[in-house]
Formats: sequence, C-alpha cells, structure tokens
Amino acid sequence: MSSSRAAESLLALNQQEELEDLPREYPLSTSEDEGDSDGERKHQKLLEAISSLDGKNRRKLAERSEASLKVSEFSVSSEGSGEKLVLSDLLEPVKTSSSLAAVKKQLNRVKSKKTVELPLHKEEIERARTPLEQEIFNLLHKNKQPVTDPLLTPMEKASLKAMSLEEVKMRRAELQRARALQSYYEARARREKKIKSKKYHKLLKKGKAKQALKEFEKLRKVNPAAALEELEKLEKARMMERMSLKHQNSGKWAKSKAVMAKYDLEARQAMQEQLARNKELMQKIQVASESAEEEGGAEEEGEPFVPDVVNEVQMKVDRPNPWMFRNHSGDTKEAEVQGDPEELAEPAAQEAPESEEEGPAVAEEILLKEFEERRSLRQKSGLNQIAKPVGSQEAKDLSSQEVLSELRALSQKLNRESHQSRKQELSSTRTVLVVQREEAAREEEEPLLLQRPERARTLDELEELGKEGCFQNKELPRVAVEGQQLERNPSNHLGVPKEKKRKEQMIDLQNLLTTKSPSMKSLAVPTTVEELEDEERDQRQMIKEAFAGDDVIRDFLKEKREAVEASKPKDVDLTLPGWGEWGGVGLKPSAKKRRRFLIKAPEGPPRKDKNLPNVILNEKRNIHAVAHQVRMLPYPFTHHQQFERTIQTPIGSTWNTQRSFQKLTMPKVVTKPGHIIKPIKAEDVGYRSSSRSDLSVIQRNPKRLSIRHKKQLKKNSVD
Amino acid sequence: MSRPRKTNFRPKNTHSTKKSRISKKPQVPKKPWERRSPGPQRSLSGAQDPFAGPAPVPVAVVQKFCRIDKSKKLPRSETKIRSRLEAAEAQEEEISVKAARSELLLAEEPGFLEGENGEDTAKICQADIVEAVDIASAAKHFDLNLRQFGPYRLNYSRTGRHLAFGGRRGHVAALDWVTKKLMCEINVMEAVRDIRFLHSEALLAVAQNRWLHIYDNQGIELHCIRRCDRITRLEFLPFHFLLATASETGFLTYLDVSVGKIVAALNARAGRLNIMTQNPYNAVIHLGHSNGTVSLWSPAMKEPLAKILCHRGAVRAVAVDSTGTHMATSGLDHQLKIFDLRGTFQPLSARTLPQGAGHLAFSQRGLLAAGTGDVVNIWAGQGKASPPSLEQPYLTHRLSGHVHGLQFCPFEDVLGVGHSGGITSMLAPGAAEPNFDGLESNPYRSRKQRQEWEVKALLEKVPAELICLDPRALAEVDVISLEQEKKERLERLGYDPGTKPPFQPKPKQKGRSSTASLVKRKRKVMDEEHRDKVRQSLEQQPQKQEKAKPMGARPSALDRFVR
Repeated sequence: MSSSRAAESLLALNQQEELEDLPREYPLSTSEDEGDSDGERKHQKLLEAISSLDGKNRRKLAERSEASLKVSEFSVSSEGSGEKLVLSDLLEPVKTSSSLAAVKKQLNRVKSKKTVELPLHKEEIERARTPLEQEIFNLLHKNKQPVTDPLLTPMEKASLKAMSLEEVKMRRAELQRARALQSYYEARARREKKIKSKKYHKLLKKGKAKQALKEFEKLRKVNPAAALEELEKLEKARMMERMSLKHQNSGKWAKSKAVMAKYDLEARQAMQEQLARNKELMQKIQVASESAEEEGGAEEEGEPFVPDVVNEVQMKVDRPNPWMFRNHSGDTKEAEVQGDPEELAEPAAQEAPESEEEGPAVAEEILLKEFEERRSLRQKSGLNQIAKPVGSQEAKDLSSQEVLSELRALSQKLNRESHQSRKQELSSTRTVLVVQREEAAREEEEPLLLQRPERARTLDELEELGKEGCFQNKELPRVAVEGQQLERNPSNHLGVPKEKKRKEQMIDLQNLLTTKSPSMKSLAVPTTVEELEDEERDQRQMIKEAFAGDDVIRDFLKEKREAVEASKPKDVDLTLPGWGEWGGVGLKPSAKKRRRFLIKAPEGPPRKDKNLPNVILNEKRNIHAVAHQVRMLPYPFTHHQQFERTIQTPIGSTWNTQRSFQKLTMPKVVTKPGHIIKPIKAEDVGYRSSSRSDLSVIQRNPKRLSIRHKKQLKKNSVD
Repeated sequence: MSRPRKTNFRPKNTHSTKKSRISKKPQVPKKPWERRSPGPQRSLSGAQDPFAGPAPVPVAVVQKFCRIDKSKKLPRSETKIRSRLEAAEAQEEEISVKAARSELLLAEEPGFLEGENGEDTAKICQADIVEAVDIASAAKHFDLNLRQFGPYRLNYSRTGRHLAFGGRRGHVAALDWVTKKLMCEINVMEAVRDIRFLHSEALLAVAQNRWLHIYDNQGIELHCIRRCDRITRLEFLPFHFLLATASETGFLTYLDVSVGKIVAALNARAGRLNIMTQNPYNAVIHLGHSNGTVSLWSPAMKEPLAKILCHRGAVRAVAVDSTGTHMATSGLDHQLKIFDLRGTFQPLSARTLPQGAGHLAFSQRGLLAAGTGDVVNIWAGQGKASPPSLEQPYLTHRLSGHVHGLQFCPFEDVLGVGHSGGITSMLAPGAAEPNFDGLESNPYRSRKQRQEWEVKALLEKVPAELICLDPRALAEVDVISLEQEKKERLERLGYDPGTKPPFQPKPKQKGRSSTASLVKRKRKVMDEEHRDKVRQSLEQQPQKQEKAKPMGARPSALDRFVR
C-alpha cells in the first residue's frame, strides 16, 4: 500500500515537472506584442495605483462602455460573464487548431490530478510502512495510545474517571509535597554550590569519591556487567578529555596561574595538579582485572567528572540532573526512563542480579509485583502515610548520593537493554504482552515530579477541590447556633465563591426550613386532632400539596438578591454621547469611551447578612435616629470608641438607684438658694485677685481648687 | 547637706479603692470594705464589730448592671483620656454596686412547679394546682363562660391589675380581675378584632370592624380614629406612647396616643396583616406574613429593618420574650421554632406540633405558651434568659373552646386565655416576675399615683424615631457624620487641626545642635513612633500566629501537605 502511495507521489512530481516545462515548449502568442503595449499598460497601472491610494481597495475594473483603442488583452476582465477566467479558454484560439488541442488535453489532465502536498499529512506520516513500524503501531493501537495526539489517551481518560475525588486529593497532596521537596533540594543545591570555601568543596569531593569507590567495589562484586559498563563510561570520559583541552593548562585560570607560578609555590602545585589530572584522565583503562586501582584514580575527581561527561552525553548514557529535567522536554519515552527516581534507586540493586540469572521473564514479574505492591499500598494507606514514604525515599536517594544513583542508573540502563535484547528473541505475542504491561505500569509509575495536578479534570471534582481550598483559607467565625435539632450543613457558614454560596444558601435554607424534630406527643392533643389522628398523614400530604405551588424559599432568595443588588454602590457613568464624535440620532458611545468615563464605585463593606441565608437585613441608615447621636468628639478624646465608653452608663433614674442617680446628675456648682450671683468681672476671671470671693459657691470637688483659689479662701477666712 | 533619712516606708491603704470592691465569692464574706479602714473599728465601749464595713456584693449581680462593653479594644490613649476612662469605669462600678445592693429589696421569689421524682409536671392539672396553693392564689384561677359573643381577645394592663376583653360579636368589657370588679361592659355592635389597654387602664383601644375606637374605663367612646381602618391587630409601645396597628389593607400604622398624631404609616407590601407582636426590648414590631417571613419594623424606616424566613408555609403566630433575645414562631407547616434575635436570627430549636400553634405568648420569665386548637401548652426553660426547651411541656390545659387570644398576666403567675367559650385565667407557676417596680408599674397604685406616674412617663417619652434594632445605638457616636465633618474641616482649613505637628528638635547649646545630632534626634523620635505602630499591629493579630502553629513538637514546612 505504501509502495503504491510512493508511486503516486512520484507520478505527481513528474507531472509537475511537465507543467513547468510547458511554457518553455509552447511560448504563448500573447507574449510577442508585449513591447508596443508596454507604455499603455504602465499608464494604466499608474492610474490604478493612484485610484487605490485611499485606504480602501476601490480598484475599479475597467468597464468598457464604448469602443476604444485602449483595449489590451492584459486587462481582460471577466466581469460581465460572472465566471472565472479559465486558462484553457485563453489558450483557445479563435479557430480550433489541432496543435493546441493536445496541449489543452494535457493541461486538463494535469489539473485533474491532485498535487502532492508538502509537508505530508500527519496521517501519511503515521502510516506504518516498514514491518517494525507496523509492529509499533500495532502495539500502540492495542494500548490505545493516541495516534493523532489528543490531550489524553483513552487509558488516561479512563484512569481519570476511575480516580475518585479522594484519590485525586491524595494524589495532589502527594504531588505538591514532591514539588515542594524538589524546590527545597534545588534551593539547597544552589546554596551549596554557592559556598566559596575551597576546603568545604574539597572535603565534599573527597567524600563523594570515597563513596563512589565503595559503590563501585560493591557493584563489581555483585554485578560485574554493571561495573564493566562503568568502566566503559570512564573510557568515554577519557575520550572526552582527549578531545577537549580542559586540563592542559590552557584555560584562563591556568594561564593566570602560569604567570604566578614562578613566585608562588601554591600556584605551581595547582598547575601540576591539573596536569596530573589530565594525565590521569587520559590514561587508558585496563579492563576488569586492574580496574579497581584505575577506578580509584578516576573517581578521585568525582564531581567534575559527572557533569562533564554525563550531562553532555546524556542522550546516550545517563539521565540529567534530576532537578533540572523539569524544563527539559524530551520525548515521553526518555522522560519515562529518566524520571522515576524512586524506581531507579531501589529496585535496581536487587533487580539487577536476579535479572541476570533468571532471565527477563522473572525480572519482569518482579517488576510487575512491585508495581502491584505499590498500587495496593497507595490504595490502602491514608494520604500522609503515602506521602511520607515516597518523599523520604526520594530525599534519601536524591540528596547525598548523587554519584551512587548515577552508578545505579547506569547499571539499570544496562539491565534494561539486556532485557530488551532478550525479549526480541521471544515470540511476538509475548513481547506485545510484556510491553503492554510494562507500559501500563509505567503509566502508573509516571515520574511524580512530572505530574501536575491537572489530573483532576472532571468539573465537579475541580469544584470540590476549589471549594476545599477556600475552606482552608477562610473559615469565618461560626455564628453561635446551638440548635441541636437542626442538622445543618457545616459548610454553610464558610466563605465560598459567590455562585457556590448561592447554591449553599439554597441548600441550607432547605435544611433550615425542613427541620425534622421528633414530634413528641403532647399530653393533651387538641380534640379536632384526636379525631383526625389517623388521618394525620393524609393531612400532611394535603399541606404539602397546598404549598407545592408557592416556592417560599426561591421567592425569598430572589428578594434577597434584589436587596443586595439595590444596596450595592452604583457606578457613575459620565459618558457624554456625541462628545468628540459626530452627533445624530441613535448615537452610541464607544466601549472604550464608556469604560474611560465610568467611575467605579468602591466596594462597600460586607453585608451583615452575608452569612445568614434566611435573613435580609436593611443596611440603610436610620437618619432620624442618627440625628440624636453624638457627632462631635469632645475635647480630650481622639477616637470615638474612647468617648463611647464614657457615655455607655445611663444616668437616668430608670436605670439607677435614687442615690446614684442624684450623684450622677449633681451639678458641678451648687449655689445657696437666695444668694445673689453677681456678674463676672475681669478680676474674677483674670489677673488680679479680687478682695472678696463667693463663699456661697461651693466647689463640688474641693481638691480641684487651684492653689491660688485656696490662698484666696485662706485669706478670706483670715479676714 | 543632709539627705532625707529613708525610713521604712510602707504605703498606706494598700487596699485602695481602686481595687475591685466586688467580692469574688458571695458565700465567703471577705469583707472588702473592711480594708478601707485597716484594723477593726473600735466603738467607745471597746466592742468590736464582727462584720465591719459594708456587706459584700456578689459579682454576678454587679455584672448584671455593668453596661460598659470592655471586650472592645480601645486604641492607645493619652493619659488625659485614660484618666477619663478610668473615671467612667469607676463610676460605673460604683453605681452598679449600689444597684446590686438594692437587689436586696427584691424580696419575692418566683413560683415553680416540680414533679415528685420524675413526675411529669404536664400531668398536673389546674384543679391540683388550685388545691395546693393558698386561697388568694386559688382565686386567680377562674373561668368566664361567655359563649354568646364568640371567641374573645384579651389584654392585661401593664400593671397586671386590669383585664380587658372583647368578643368577636361586639362584647367589650374591662375589669379589675383581681378583685373581680367590673369597670365597664358594653357592646359596640360591631365585630371586635382586637383590644388593648393604652398606657394606663383608663384608656382602651378597640379595633372594630371599620375603625379604631378608644374608650375610657367607663366605656365611653372618646375617639374614633378613622385613619386607622380595618385594623386586625393592636400593639401598644408603652415607652413611646405609640399604638401600632396592623390593618387588612396591609398598612402598619403608628399612632402617637400622647398627641394623637399618626407618626408613620408603613406599607408592608405583604397583603393582609394579621400577625403582629412587639419586641419589648427594643419596641420593634414583628409582623408575620403569609410567605413564611417575619418582618421587623420601626416607624423611622419605610422598609423593614429585617426580614427573616421562618417557615415554609404562612406564619401563624409570633411572640418575643421580654429580654428581646428569643422569638417564637409557628407556621402553617405545623412547626414551632425559636429564633435567636441577637443579630443572627437563626433558629435555636424547632418542633412539630400535631396541629400547629395558632397563638403564642411569652411570659415575663420566659415561659412560652402555645394555643393549639382547644389546648394550651406551656414550655419552660432552665432559667430566665434561656430559651424554653420544647422537649417536654411544662403545663397543659384543655379549654372549653378554641383558643383565640393568649397573654400572660404581668407580675402574676397567671395565663389569660381567650377562647370561643369565654375567658380562662389559668395558673402558671413561675411565669411572672415576682417583684414589681413600684415607680414604674405598680399594681396597687392609687388614682393619684397613677396620675403622677402618667406625667412622669409622658415627660420621659422616647421619640418614635429612636426605635431601632439595637436600643443602645444612642450611646454610640455617629461615625459617618463625624468622618464627614472631619473631611469637610480638612478641606476648609487645608490641614487637619487634630493631628500632631511633626517633631521639631529644640536647638541645644554647646555645639550639640549640629545638623547631624538634630537629624539623629529626629530619627530617634520617628523610630519610636514606628516601633509603637509595629507593636500595636503585632498586638492586634496574635491569634493568627497561634493558629498557624501546629500541635506537634517540631513543626515542619511539609506539614501543610498533611491532611
């Protein structure tokens, strides 16, 4: 099928070539008298250009109303006919000639053929041609892998649907946790990288090198193949070193050191060290037997080794820094291989030897078993219990043992490759099955960090999540309701988004009004009821029917909504229609203008009945009552609350005992009855002391008398 | 130069008056007033007063009279303001102690009814109670058989001494029900919808078929108020001298009976109004509507102060208790609910009654009576302020006709029930306030005393526009106009006279007034102010931080993922 396709495309290409050849072979007659009509044409063009100068394309097609000389075949218009001009029509001479008929036929044939589109259609691309491709496609289809990449595979969709809300939440928490961990580690790595102490880095490197060595020793004992692989890697490092000039005292640093080397012993040593390293790296590694010693040397410089070699050649050899591959978007396969740090860490060690010995089937079984285990674990245990082990595991393997994990990853990679090779030998069905299973498992075990919470897709689930988030954020103080008999939705007092709230309100109102309380029989039942007691159910039914029509709750909610709307501060629209534009009937100022001149009212304070679904509180000010309130703060007070506190105790006799009432209302100054009160003179107020003062005026609080007054009093009494 | 010798100085009056004069435990006489004069006082004879000083006052009682809300946190205040505040608090404490002391004069105790080990008090019938109580109390239980003039509405005067009742078929009578002395008895020859005493027993408002009529205690018609027509319910607000009337036409009209003017006529826009009650605490009128809502009205506002959706069906009866805390409603859905009126308006409890309650009434001490058909149920709460628990009825009584009007008599343990068979006065122990205020509503007052009281009450009349949901709103500053005025002043003057001018360091001698030091001093003051601000803001949100702390020993940042 594919071959026939190819043939077709070839044919099409051929035809194209033919088409291109065409004008060369049969020069058209029209081109001959091009020269004489050139001036005219230019003129016409110029006119056209001028006429099309004003913005709109007002090009007028030349319409001939009278016979003129200025008719050229170049400005043939097809206007009158209302049809498109066809090339074949043009080719047609006045008289039919046999020579052109052939051309025409050819042209028609060419046109009837479809041309090949480039680039090819996706379907075309994805059509499997080679047997390998077919096989892969087969696999993909069996696995319901998306071929024309939709957002989610059917499997994924199914899994989405299968996932309950609880699971989604769990998953999300897990992911969040993982991401947080990741960010911690990134931060940590950055911090550690920034440390300038050379000693620290030296120690770190040494430690890592030691660790790596140990690991390698172990690996060599346990898994010689992996060790071999490791050696291969070293070989690659050597190659890299040979290619680059990294340790040949040619860098900037090395040059600066070279200048100093004469005088500075340390600089000299450093240079020598670098050269030694170069030598070390360039040394050829002997296989197997003596690898241990060599390894020691190579591993000495552990850290630089890893980034240079591994990160640059990551496509082939190794995964990149686990913390960085979030940005890096390789194809999914690679991501799958790379990600999964937890998987890499542990199973590798135990799996590798087994797989070596018992063949691929066993290994695969182990793999599956492990997945099963994990799945069951996830299902069984609660959220945090799940979140913890994963996190800790990750933490363990990703924090300190980078080198180790690198080695392990290597070994696993090797392992897997061997799997693959062996699987090839197995029967095809078997392979399919295996791959399928593995794929499923992979899907399950998709790298944690690559997952986003987008998995929670279904609308209501999302809503649920959102709501929950809201709950966490703001939990309003519960209104004091101790109705034991009311089974109320606890969420009804929480601030949730508005539509949500409305919904909640409705629910709550329903609950509120349909409180079922145990209808205890009172001792004396009204006589009419006694008669009708057996018909009580009937009656209830009747009541239900009677109230079926009027939906009290809906009406009330509507009323409340209206009240809320009415109490909202209104925006002020200052748009003047016709201002700055043409006037006339049916003017409509532009949206931009309206937006510009719309003064948005500030959001008022929240309504008092915001959380009371069954209440509408009037927010209007009682201006009549306000007229009686205090509106000025008396002198020492700076805040109204302070003053309010001093006027909260009533002083009327209604609220106080007779004694306290008298005391509270006692005037500050009491005059003896019958005493003449003289008008105030300047001396009384001010500067000179008057000779006489009123003894009859008794201060309520003698302590508060000023010193001068006291003196005066004394003087008077002396007199 | 000799320094003053430092003697062993002991502050006198270690227990100054600043300390609380309220004893914490009333049982143990700590004698805090003894402290004012250290050492026991000795009389001339040398005898020692074993209980020297004023008697202690229990804290709870004093707390009852304290009105300053100390829960609100005040902004930092200067010394001058602080001294004012302290003075106000001291004053409050003093007067509340005095008031608490005068509680001693409230000698009477409320009655009660208790069943013997688990006996249901609801099973005790009126005859048993009458048998058990003294003769004077037994005389308070009576029945008036008035079958001729249809179901009766009734009303007790504020003193609880007089009873007025009006039958549907025009029978109106007023009597001193304690002595059973009839004041007047007339037939108005018209349907009587409701009847109510005005501020004293001398005036009687009767809602007749057409108009509202006012009679005196002789039965002479004084007024016919034609502006109030087709009245269905009457309610009198004693402190405002307002007669609130609810009409068939859907209007709620307030009539000031002291000047005879209509203060406000409000259109409730809810059809026929036939359920009305007043909140004795804040004089707000509660109207029940056919769409299951109860609306709260004040004459100062054209719209209801609040609307509460209470029932699925129409509201049949509403009652508010004397403290204004609880509202009981019953609806066509056969439910009886008790709502909290303190801001939340949420139902506290509910129960379904076999036939639904057509009439509800609260007593002074919080008993709730409900008339369902021809049965009256009374529920009681734990204390005075607690809502009645609807589990078990406290008392039940069957009447000879269907209930048409219910009211507890003030200051008497009596529930008056108007029904189709006449009037029944039944005993409800513990219903009424045992102690009356002789100056306010004295059941035993003479004519002269009544006149005296009338004048005083008129002088203390509360303006109608002050009726609002929170009666203590008058003790608040009108913040909005305050701010407005402040803003206007700022605009007028160009600066705010209230703000402190920025600190200007004083020039100093001996080269200490260099620019650097001036700036340094300025900065010091600025920093101090800033620190103050920060401190305040920190103080304002200590709870937040506490909340953030988890319970475990060492919090981890990863805790936020744990659910």
